[in-house]
Amino acid sequence: MLLIYNNPATYQAWSEKERDALFGEVDEIMKELRESGEFVGGEGLADASNARTVRVRDGVPATTDGPFAEAKEQLAGYLTVECESTERAVQIAARWPDARYFAMEVRQVMHTAGTEM
Amino acid sequence: MTAVAEVEDLLRQLAPQVLGALVRGHGHFGMCEDAVQEALMAAASQWPGHGIPENPRGWLITVASRRLVDQWRSDQARRRREVTAAAMAGPDELTGLTGPVPGEQYPADTDDTLTVLFLCCHPALSAVSQVALTLRAVGGLTTAQIASAFLVPEATMAQRISRAKQSIKAAGVGFVMPPAAELPGRLNVVLHVLYLIFNEGYTATSGPDLQRVELAREAIRLTRAVIRLLPEDGEVAGLLALMLLTDARRPARTRPDGSLVPLAEQDRKLWHAGAIQEGVALISQALARAPLGPYQIQAAIAAVHDEAARAQDTDWPQILALYEILERIAGNPMVTLNHAVAAAMVHGPQAGLDLLAGLDADDRMARHHRLHAVRAHLLEMAGDRAAARAGYLLAARRATSLPEQRYLDGRAARLAADA
Repeated sequence: MLLIYNNPATYQAWSEKERDALFGEVDEIMKELRESGEFVGGEGLADASNARTVRVRDGVPATTDGPFAEAKEQLAGYLTVECESTERAVQIAARWPDARYFAMEVRQVMHTAGTEM
Repeated sequence: MTAVAEVEDLLRQLAPQVLGALVRGHGHFGMCEDAVQEALMAAASQWPGHGIPENPRGWLITVASRRLVDQWRSDQARRRREVTAAAMAGPDELTGLTGPVPGEQYPADTDDTLTVLFLCCHPALSAVSQVALTLRAVGGLTTAQIASAFLVPEATMAQRISRAKQSIKAAGVGFVMPPAAELPGRLNVVLHVLYLIFNEGYTATSGPDLQRVELAREAIRLTRAVIRLLPEDGEVAGLLALMLLTDARRPARTRPDGSLVPLAEQDRKLWHAGAIQEGVALISQALARAPLGPYQIQAAIAAVHDEAARAQDTDWPQILALYEILERIAGNPMVTLNHAVAAAMVHGPQAGLDLLAGLDADDRMARHHRLHAVRAHLLEMAGDRAAARAGYLLAARRATSLPEQRYLDGRAARLAADA
């Protein structure tokens, strides 16, 4: 799974032209991933200011507005890809525009297949 | 009324034969494959109600040919609309195909199944493409079934299949058997693809299993088909034996809650005696007459395990000897891991730990949970409980399989509790 981290404030400071260029890059990568059969799924997330964080302590739920981790960079979305190797996943992440300005995190997804030992 | 299961079995057996006949007649593997898939779907919906036609193979070839003609005509019409494209159109690959062709004019050639299989497992394709295309073109499964078996969206799987067909086209591979000199290498790829399919099915422990096509059974069915076509090949027999001997243990390998049961703790009464018997017979015959190969050795190892009435009756010296041969002819880090376990069972844990030490230098292995899991197991055997526990915990953090992680955390917890 490729986790996309960015800073909404920086993002908003860009001109529309700059943003369009980034969207164009993303569209191109998405097209390639769909055609190669590597794309499995993904979502973009609404701004973290819309987030609700829920904690249950002693059985009592408490909900606060905002994300769990207060940071300038927030999880902005994810995509799940199935690739031949971790190197390939890292290569895809490196091409995602957010990697240049913020960061992409490549994580393996747990699966339910298992071999007895 | 004909039973749906009966129709399905027949269709899947006929799928590669019908495809072979069509490609032989018209070329153009990709288009023929789509046409066959449509014919299979038509048969699957009609035959259970109307009964199986007298010549089912001919029926499928006729219907698929008709689809091919329709497809060809609509492509032609589209091309006429696209002026620039039409100007560039080269000689048509389907010239001569003007109408439905009766199935009888295609000779029944069972070798076609093998040719289709070699094409699907062409080295120009990636492993995922080989697997997907084999299941569809040789196994007769629908894209939706394959997608659900691999837990990916149907669109993703459709794209993999269409890309695989494009690669075949781009590679300019003809519909012929590989030349004799390339045959052993190409057969290795085919066997590897079948083994991947088997493992995908065998290792599945939970999830919506009822919806999933039984991939292990499918791999066994396809390998049986290959053995009928290549009865003399020792490695084909070895692979089938390995699958049967491994699959025989399936009822005992997980608990009802999905957790894994290690080989030594499995209830051997649950093992499939029939599959073990068949596997042992197959591997014994192959070892007696064919040149030795890695699948045969792995099957022989599985046979030694399966023949032990209790875990403590296992003939470990024989297993160790087999791993030594396997390491020599087809060694890899995973073989070394298993070799280390066998060495520990025969010569004590230190012998196994010494073998593992060589794997630390391998960057990929050093990060792999299995190395840490095996080392922890051997340390536990050696009585070093603290180091064993640390090893299990490290292995659990590295694992990407939920049931394996659960097993490893469980081993670590057991050591902590007994301490």
